Amino acid sequence: MIFLQVLKKKNANSVNSNEFGILIVVEGIDGSGKSTQIHLVDRWLRSKGYDVFFTEWNSSETVREITSKGKKKARLTPTTFSLLHSTDFADRYEKNIYPLLRAGYIVLADRYIYTALARDTVRGCDKSWVRNMYSYARKPDLTFYFRVPIETAVSRIISGRPKLKHYEAGMDLGLSKDEYESYRIFQGRIVDEYESMVNDENFIVIDGTLDIEKQQNMVRRNILKVLKSNDRNQDALR
Amino acid sequence: MTSRIPSTRNGSSVSQVKHEQNNKKIKFIRDPGIKYLKDIEINGSFIVIEGPDASGRSTQIQKITQKLEADGHAVVNTGLKRSDLISKGIIEAKRNYVGRRTMALYYAADFADQLENRIIPALKAGFVVISDRYIYTLIARSSVRGINKNWLHQLHSFAIKPDLIFYLDVDPHNLIHRVFKKNKTLDYYESGADLGISDDIFDSFIKYQYLLKREFNTMQKKYGLLNVNGDNNIDDIYDEIQSKISNFLNITKKTETII
Repeated sequence: MIFLQVLKKKNANSVNSNEFGILIVVEGIDGSGKSTQIHLVDRWLRSKGYDVFFTEWNSSETVREITSKGKKKARLTPTTFSLLHSTDFADRYEKNIYPLLRAGYIVLADRYIYTALARDTVRGCDKSWVRNMYSYARKPDLTFYFRVPIETAVSRIISGRPKLKHYEAGMDLGLSKDEYESYRIFQGRIVDEYESMVNDENFIVIDGTLDIEKQQNMVRRNILKVLKSNDRNQDALR
Repeated sequence: MTSRIPSTRNGSSVSQVKHEQNNKKIKFIRDPGIKYLKDIEINGSFIVIEGPDASGRSTQIQKITQKLEADGHAVVNTGLKRSDLISKGIIEAKRNYVGRRTMALYYAADFADQLENRIIPALKAGFVVISDRYIYTLIARSSVRGINKNWLHQLHSFAIKPDLIFYLDVDPHNLIHRVFKKNKTLDYYESGADLGISDDIFDSFIKYQYLLKREFNTMQKKYGLLNVNGDNNIDDIYDEIQSKISNFLNITKKTETII
């Protein structure tokens, strides 16, 4: 019922503010279940008739090829790693995220600037430098952070995967000679970074160990709240 | 000359001042720079030549390199868009009309790759590194295109501080003739045609070059750029640059001979 109310209010004529559109972000370490959850959100919103755009970390066509080449050759330093990912993000931001938000879309982002803040800082980049790089990016309306014990996430990733990739395992940090051990330490540090942002960045923490359906309900409830208040704002503009 | 012998570094006969001159800690444009490289020691010298296209940068670099090598200094040349990993991506991105911020970051990535894989290793090994353009060009270009200045300065703050930065300052009207002598045609981006400041490419070039010039002038104090009158003839410019480089290297050399 609430859905219907929200649905009626879509009106392209009122695109006149930078704050139009809704930006929803999922964050969390690999294996936290965030991609599954955002996929279900995507399906849900589309089925309700919303204009939805989904964007993923490290997926810009122009940049990804270079990044993956650099990764394969293990040629990237923390700084170039960080810069290439931020180039990738900027490309998606300038091409898609920003204009689509202006057009009133709901943009769903699987990983956003917080991934860079967490990972690059763990790799040894200066935090305020990384923060500056992404300072132009709009703050999300909702950021869901999927919290899981490291062992849970790690075992989800490792099972069914014979080998971890060099950078994925954080091998460039020299934490351990053993890939899996390195991966665990690396992910642990990323979790610490995420946790340090929970309050300041208004993360909505979702317990990633709960049933998928239960998590999805919590996520949807939060999204509905934002959709409703967004609607009210639009009414005021009209 | 001879390479430094580590044991003399801490020798009691060497005064503190000389000691510091010989083992220069890496210095970044702004702290903390690249945090994981902060303990690196630099033994070489770092010279940057800035200036617009056709300002005579490459001619000067060629002459300086010849002279330095004749004097026994090992030289490494570097510049923008030269990373074998990333430069291809930039060319591709230009073709695809990538956004301005994306472009700025792409260039910064390309530069970072050169900095960490070429410039810093060469400086560690005691080379004289000459860079054909540096972050100042990157900042000026993006700034003229409306990207926030503070953002740009901070983005490039991981760069290392050059020992000498020469800026070949050429009057845009003079410059355009040199461009025609060199290429017979105006480059799209070097004319700022993407800025849409004029439908006339000649006007666009002049206006764009004035805008860049203004950016360089505002950076001069902040970064210690040495202004060189690029309207002078090649030999005069060379004499001016060369004497400053010689002076600088002599200071470093003296301490080396004492050791």
